[in-house]
Amino acid sequence: MSDNILEIKDLVVHYITDEGVVEAVNGLNMTLKRGETLGLVGETGAGKTTTALSILRLVPNPPGKIISGEIHFDGENLLELSEEEMRSIRGNKISMIFQDPMTSLNPVMTVGEQIAEGIEIHQGLSTDEAMEKAHEMLELVGIPRERAIDYPHQFSGGMKQRVVIAIALACNPSLLIADEPTTALDVTIQAQVLELMRNLREEFNTAMILITHDLGIVAETCDKVAVMYAGEVIEYATLEQLFENPKHPYTIGLFGSIPSLEHDVERLKPIKGLMPDPTNLPSGCPFHPRCSHAQDICKERKPIVTNIEEGHMVKCLIYEGVIEAKEVL
Amino acid sequence: MLIPVIIGVTFIVYSIMFFTPGDPALIILGENAPEEQVEKLREEMGLNDPFIIQYLRFLKNALKGDFGRSYSTRKPVFNEVFSRFPATLKLSTAGLLLAVAIGIPIGIISATRQYSLLDSITMVLALLGVSMPNFWLGLMLILLFSVRLGLLPSGGDVGFASLILPAITLGTGVAAIITRMTRSSMLEVIRQDYIRTARAKGVAERRVINKHALKNALIPVVTVIGLQFGYLLGGAVLTETVFSWPGVGRLMVEAIKQKDTPVVLASVIFMSVVFSIVNLLVDILYAFLDPRIKSQYR
Repeated sequence: MSDNILEIKDLVVHYITDEGVVEAVNGLNMTLKRGETLGLVGETGAGKTTTALSILRLVPNPPGKIISGEIHFDGENLLELSEEEMRSIRGNKISMIFQDPMTSLNPVMTVGEQIAEGIEIHQGLSTDEAMEKAHEMLELVGIPRERAIDYPHQFSGGMKQRVVIAIALACNPSLLIADEPTTALDVTIQAQVLELMRNLREEFNTAMILITHDLGIVAETCDKVAVMYAGEVIEYATLEQLFENPKHPYTIGLFGSIPSLEHDVERLKPIKGLMPDPTNLPSGCPFHPRCSHAQDICKERKPIVTNIEEGHMVKCLIYEGVIEAKEVL
Repeated sequence: MLIPVIIGVTFIVYSIMFFTPGDPALIILGENAPEEQVEKLREEMGLNDPFIIQYLRFLKNALKGDFGRSYSTRKPVFNEVFSRFPATLKLSTAGLLLAVAIGIPIGIISATRQYSLLDSITMVLALLGVSMPNFWLGLMLILLFSVRLGLLPSGGDVGFASLILPAITLGTGVAAIITRMTRSSMLEVIRQDYIRTARAKGVAERRVINKHALKNALIPVVTVIGLQFGYLLGGAVLTETVFSWPGVGRLMVEAIKQKDTPVVLASVIFMSVVFSIVNLLVDILYAFLDPRIKSQYR
């Protein structure tokens, strides 16, 4: 058994719609070690959520379709499993926390029932035993067990997200995917929820993929970071490497667009332009229309992975030695 | 709301009955009755008074619970209506049960296979079902099953066999409405985030639909079922007439033909009240389906 819990190879996911083919994920590669936390960063529409849903094979179909690639989890290619085998993994070995706690709980079931359901399915417990376990999970996330008989509308946003976390961790998964778990919450609650997730992750030694567009959350929580752009990972590094020595012009742009306490900057430098239209991606390097270093060759040649140092990979022609940066990076 | 609605309804019905041709006194006594006898009866029944006086007199008596007597049978009208109600209730319930038994499962299957051949066929049939007039469907069923095949009785309330055709006639349109409603409601629900959460928990697809989606999807469907039941109880007029079903609807049609105003009014009031009660029951049922509504009233 390798120490990688998750390996994604050349994943391609498209949404086939009447308006055209949305190329959401294009040849994505990613690895994650046991117990490690990976931050998946990128703008809206970069394909982060689609990647996450692909791991659970829950990309809505139609219109979504996993075109090619491999997703190895614990040495098994998830894309080759039967639907039934996949079901025994979902919520059991891999679980997911969704973005909006307001809508991700069933309004007509009590929270206790919703937590107990997964436990009952995967651990073969009786309804009563599962409910007892659900009560314990509620207490674990800081909600009194008496509230198990309440319905989601009787909880606040932060409490609902705690319930969602309890559902996700109920079967002690080895991989937890959190899709912007704090975006819908206000800042003080964000901190509490993140703290809770960190503690529980350490307690259960769960590997985690944290999807976010908030670099602050990444800095606080993650061991590794993958920066996504137009359905690809364009830079992959440890937290220290990425924060101290970002390489890809896009990553540098991301850091340039957030205020810093240490450096006094007159104006923030946002990345100019918008995310490319995923039905009509640019040729060559997908970032070239927005890149200040772009040259003609960038429109034609697709960059391949370059290793900067151990564990730090980047996809940019500058580091392939094909072009020179216009200024020092 | 119930009281003003019923007063309005009675006013309209009373006006229509008053201003349409036909003299109740003449109808009671027969076409050939001597003129003075007719005039005497008119005076007795207060038919010579102005419209508004007659209407107010009716309203005053109605408030005291006296809806008058039928012009033709001379019996108190409310007893008459009540004695017909069980037949109407039986037919409406049968029609509704049939519609629910067909509409909900087909709606669910159709939604889970959106745009499949099955779904398209179902939707075309549902459109036909909604558009088909009851009386026409009833006549066609009688032609086929009673006249041609001689399998089922064509009318009357004579045991279970006689219930089948009218129940199908009445249930078809409602089944079509319930199918469409279930389908669209289900389609909306299965796109919700909590359905994705359920799938991410590893819940089997069948259970996702039957447990997580159905209860949410049924909330609007129950409203429609309730409304339709109200219509069935009051609006089975055509079906009851076609199948000579001895219910309230047919009583009303006969009363209109005979210009038996008290019976018409009593039937209409009765139907309005039943309709309102059914709606109230649906609202109460809501609270059991949707915990969000229950806690509002706590």
